[in-house]
Amino acid sequence: MTVLDLPLWAALPVCILLLLGAGNALAGAIGLLRLKSFYARLHAPSLMTSGATILICLASMITFAVLQNRWIFHELAIIAFMMITTPVTLMMLGQAALYRDRAEGSKEVPHKEAGLREEAAVEE
Amino acid sequence: MRYWFPFPFLSLGLLTFWVLISQSTSPGTLLLGGILSVALAWAMVNLSPHKTVPGRVRPVFRLVGAVAVDIVRSNIAVLKVMLGRRGKPATAGFLQIELTLTDENAIAVLACILTATPGTAWLEFDRTSRRLTLHILDTADGMDWQHIIKTRYERPLAEIFQ
Repeated sequence: MTVLDLPLWAALPVCILLLLGAGNALAGAIGLLRLKSFYARLHAPSLMTSGATILICLASMITFAVLQNRWIFHELAIIAFMMITTPVTLMMLGQAALYRDRAEGSKEVPHKEAGLREEAAVEE
Repeated sequence: MRYWFPFPFLSLGLLTFWVLISQSTSPGTLLLGGILSVALAWAMVNLSPHKTVPGRVRPVFRLVGAVAVDIVRSNIAVLKVMLGRRGKPATAGFLQIELTLTDENAIAVLACILTATPGTAWLEFDRTSRRLTLHILDTADGMDWQHIIKTRYERPLAEIFQ
């Protein structure tokens, strides 16, 4: 393993960003435990996929830009792919929950046909 | 030509991406990348994606700026909710918005934006009624989400894609 010679002025922001990112991810995990409803818990992992990912990738970018041994393209690609792919998972989870709650006849979730009926009434 | 390269820009982009990721321009990398990029473009034909040509560039910067600010702001807001006192429950709720966006790719970008900003979760979009169902984690923080989504995201997206 090689020891990285990172100057202090670069090491400080890298450490702060890493700690903030890790803290963000931890807060997301705590939220996943503490929040009560399924829909509220959907928001907890998005703390990790947006805030934590961006902060940790920024720390990695600064490190490798200062050390000058790699392009920062990888981190940008990671951020872009996280942004593009997470909606797929969250949408599937959200739709499955909505479907289940509607099948159970829950009053708390918005009804699906409500919008269509309103529009039909307007057209008539 | 059209048969071999159904999506020339996609193939070119994939090849560039492959070279940048592997950080080499050796013949082996280029060959493997070339085969992959052409094969994946063929796979895209079966998905028959909706082709969109982004129109203007200036709204892109405005949108990216707005999204960057909102990611920071919403992360802080959601952190407060997650780590807040146990006695004070967040007032979560559903929100339904009629979207005027018609371009499918623009709606996909909107989904990415809303997921990337914690505090809003995309639940469902109904194509016939064009109604989007969202879940908002904290509706009591005085933010008019309908207004934010309409003016900050939907309007620039409409300018870019239509």
